[in-house]
Amino acid sequence: MSDILVKIRDLHFSRGNRKIFDGLSMDIPRQGITAIMGPSGTGKTTLLKLIGGQLTPDQGSIEVDGLNVHQLSTGKLFDLRQRMGMLFQSGALLTDLSVFENVAYPLREHTKLSEAMIRYMVLLKLNAVGLRGAAEMMPSELSGGMSRRVALARAIALDPMMIMYDEPFTGQDPISMGVLVSLISELNNALNICSIVVSHDVPDTLSISDTVHFISAGKVVESGSPETLRNSQSEWTHQFIHGDADGPVPFHFPADPIKDDLYR
Amino acid sequence: MIFALKGKSLFNSLIDRIQHVGAATIHSFQRLGHASVFLLEVIASCTSLLTRPLLLVKQLHSVGVQTLIIIVVAGLFVGMVMALQSYYALIDFGAEDSVGVMVALSLMRELGPVITALLFAGRAGSALTAEIGLMKATEQLSGMEMMAVNPMQRIVAPRFLAGVISMPLLATIFSAVGIIGAYLVAVELLGLDSGAFWSQPQNKVDLYLDLYNGIIKSLVFGIVATWIAVFEGYDCIPTSEGLGQATTRTVVHSSLAILFLDFVLTALMFTK
Repeated sequence: MSDILVKIRDLHFSRGNRKIFDGLSMDIPRQGITAIMGPSGTGKTTLLKLIGGQLTPDQGSIEVDGLNVHQLSTGKLFDLRQRMGMLFQSGALLTDLSVFENVAYPLREHTKLSEAMIRYMVLLKLNAVGLRGAAEMMPSELSGGMSRRVALARAIALDPMMIMYDEPFTGQDPISMGVLVSLISELNNALNICSIVVSHDVPDTLSISDTVHFISAGKVVESGSPETLRNSQSEWTHQFIHGDADGPVPFHFPADPIKDDLYR
Repeated sequence: MIFALKGKSLFNSLIDRIQHVGAATIHSFQRLGHASVFLLEVIASCTSLLTRPLLLVKQLHSVGVQTLIIIVVAGLFVGMVMALQSYYALIDFGAEDSVGVMVALSLMRELGPVITALLFAGRAGSALTAEIGLMKATEQLSGMEMMAVNPMQRIVAPRFLAGVISMPLLATIFSAVGIIGAYLVAVELLGLDSGAFWSQPQNKVDLYLDLYNGIIKSLVFGIVATWIAVFEGYDCIPTSEGLGQATTRTVVHSSLAILFLDFVLTALMFTK
């Protein structure tokens, strides 16, 4: 079995006239936490949707566990997705189902387990994210952080080989953020799976990642361990990690000289 | 020189307009094609409901039963108004005994299916678009796809089938309640003979020509109104503005399609 779980080669993808990926290549190992970072709008979420087969690239290939995602039949793709978990930015909980039923949903859909076994498994998964006590609550009663934890319990319901996290820390208070950071790390260690975290939150993401890929302008700018990237000589990486307002990513959106604009 | 420039800009503006109309036409046909493929997918997905009938039952309640109250109230008033108007028109010719048959035929052939479908599009259709659109905006549909669950089978198909089943039933109830409303006004209020009110419809209403054709009409309206509603929801731009536009489009397009199809079906069914 290869150590590489996700293999992306020469990926090209556009939305309308806007090029999102322009020959992106990347390997994601079978175990450990891999972070994909970059400024807003660089296509990090799009990349997760491409890996999950929800979008189709214009060119290039994505292989997950040796299977070319975009050449699979719908049935085979759905089989593969049963081995993938995804945590959406909003949580994407089904709003007409309780917390318990949300976590039970993939089990009811894909297994023939008895009701007693489903209850047992759901409570264990909810316990893992610290929300066993919220099992009977409805999604509308949960805070943003709790919603994401429930979604995380749902994502691990089928014991996947990988979990993709889409901006898991956005809009969280420090306590929720701390809970999510340690949950991602602990779950990854406990389940020994591949975690792909898409984020632009530098300190927290770097603190739990084993490998980091910085992407910008449709390509990988730099890859390596968090330590390597912290000491990187690249101006771009330096600007991103330290949050400098100006640098290779300019403060000003491209425009005509201000004199031309003001005295036109 | 100035005339030449003006002529050129006028020409350019004309070309722009023609291009705009052309682009809009192409876009409309593309959307129609997209919607047609979507309909085929939905119909194919309906087979999955055989193993999960509860999903359909839940939607029958939401789409059908919860629309019932507006249908019953509207049917009652439409029947009452029709009885009143036809009584005043027919009494001048001494034909007021025909109020019953006039109301019954109007309701079963036209008003029952058409008004029910318009109310259905406004009440259930808009709710379906908003619900599916909001599920898309909150990534619930994407979430299902990533859980290897097909939202066409679990979300769209039960709603579509519930709409198609509910519409003929609602239209039949509308017509029945309308006739009762007409009876209340014509017989109980205006003093028409009860026997005359009921006997004429009994003789003149044809089971196949009137009742069955009305049911076929309502079935067609149900398919079209629900198709438009679920498609608009599934295809909407997942923003508050996009969702608002999609809901509006559902009501407008459904209403126009229902009225147009009513003309086509009437021309096909009742030609002598």
